[in-house]
Amino acid sequence: MSLISRRALVTGGAASAGLLLSGCDQVSQVPALRKILFSGEIMNKGLQRALSNRNALAPEFSTAEMSPRFRVNGTHNPNTPDYTAMVAENFAHWRLQVGGLVARPLSLSIAQLRGAPARTQITRHDCVEGWSAIGKWHGPKLSTVLKAAGIRDAARYVVFTCADLYGGAPYYESIDLIDAFHPQTILAWALNDHVLDVGHGAPVRLRVERQLGYKHAKYVMRIDAVDSLAKIGLGKGGYWEDHVDYDWYAGI
Amino acid sequence: MTIATPSPADAPPAPRTIYRHRVATRLWHWLNAITIFIMIGSGLTILNAHPHLYWGAYGANFDHPWLNTIHWPSYVTIPAHYNLAIARRWHLLFALVSGFSLLGYMIASLANRHFQRDLRVRLRELSAANLWHDLREHLAFRFHDPADPTAYNIFQKLSYVLVIFVLIPAMILTGLAMSPAMDAAWPWLLDLFGGRQSARSVHFIAAAGLTGFIVIHLVLVILAGPINEVRSMLSGRWRVPEDAA
Repeated sequence: MSLISRRALVTGGAASAGLLLSGCDQVSQVPALRKILFSGEIMNKGLQRALSNRNALAPEFSTAEMSPRFRVNGTHNPNTPDYTAMVAENFAHWRLQVGGLVARPLSLSIAQLRGAPARTQITRHDCVEGWSAIGKWHGPKLSTVLKAAGIRDAARYVVFTCADLYGGAPYYESIDLIDAFHPQTILAWALNDHVLDVGHGAPVRLRVERQLGYKHAKYVMRIDAVDSLAKIGLGKGGYWEDHVDYDWYAGI
Repeated sequence: MTIATPSPADAPPAPRTIYRHRVATRLWHWLNAITIFIMIGSGLTILNAHPHLYWGAYGANFDHPWLNTIHWPSYVTIPAHYNLAIARRWHLLFALVSGFSLLGYMIASLANRHFQRDLRVRLRELSAANLWHDLREHLAFRFHDPADPTAYNIFQKLSYVLVIFVLIPAMILTGLAMSPAMDAAWPWLLDLFGGRQSARSVHFIAAAGLTGFIVIHLVLVILAGPINEVRSMLSGRWRVPEDAA
């Protein structure tokens, strides 16, 4: 084997690796290829749902296994005049609105939520960035609230609208009814035996334990049952999904 | 790519050229060349989102990492400019390609007896004398047993066995263990690796092992004669080296 052909091969190999690398960046710009690239979400969702029991529980931990400190992520404080006023009066006039495709729209006070039958779970929170923290969450099951409101048959998704603003619009997230009625999906109002603080989403945040952190909407103000996500926000089911192409299904 | 002949026994009588790699091997090889490249590039972007590794179930900024990696530069990441969402799209689509192509290759290689014939490690090959002999042969750039030039040498066998049966399966299982939905479906994934953050660390270590394999593999392909080796992986036809005749 001559040295020249070896050199040509190495150079050729390096050049094609470079081309492939920059090619990857082009792919996500071409609509048809982008569609293929984004189809992984549908396949992963389908496979994961097929492999799991609908009510399979996320692992739960003992108090000894909890993170010493549960870091705050995302919004640290919504800092809007309305929210700051609510914090000042300890959420006395805060109401959680439950509406959309329900028979009986609800307006729940924090006292009503705290008085409802609750679930306590020590679970692992997995951020899309890669870190994990284990904490103890406490609050009523979302299913209890949805049943009390009489969710209609036409409903396919549950949308959470929050008090924190991103680019002037409220943060929002959505889940389907499989996750909405999962026994570990709760409206948490306490973390580690303390009333939820502002950093972690006071007064109420969603826990949807089989998905990544950005699905766990904090500062929840409204819950709406809907039949389609198309007309909400930019139509992809959540702030990050709309604006930076995050997967709507965040089970992996 | 030429049409594969049915079996090595039917190889034409050309004295120096033999049919070495079956179509399943060649197909999986080139699929891997693309897949692993994409997985490493997009994986490094994902690692850049939180370049700290921990042992155990949890691990975040206030916990003690066992390793803080470098910030991976744009010329090795996919996409070049930091975009976690797009990196995850690449990674999680090609994770499926990687997993299912390994499965297909394993079934084909059991059926065509590639595993049993070429990768089976025999006890006598693991003797110190044989390992020493093989090491000296490698250092002298002689990679083929003159008596049986098509057979894989012991280092080749061990590295392929490590990659096919340990490293890539470890990548897949640790990848699944990082999925909160899969942890609910298959809780044993966490027991296997000792928690999600341990699985994440093993994922990185196995990826480093695969990267090391690729570097050594490419160097050896160049030393063994790149045109002959690449052609054999394209057409299956491999010219028996002169020194092994």
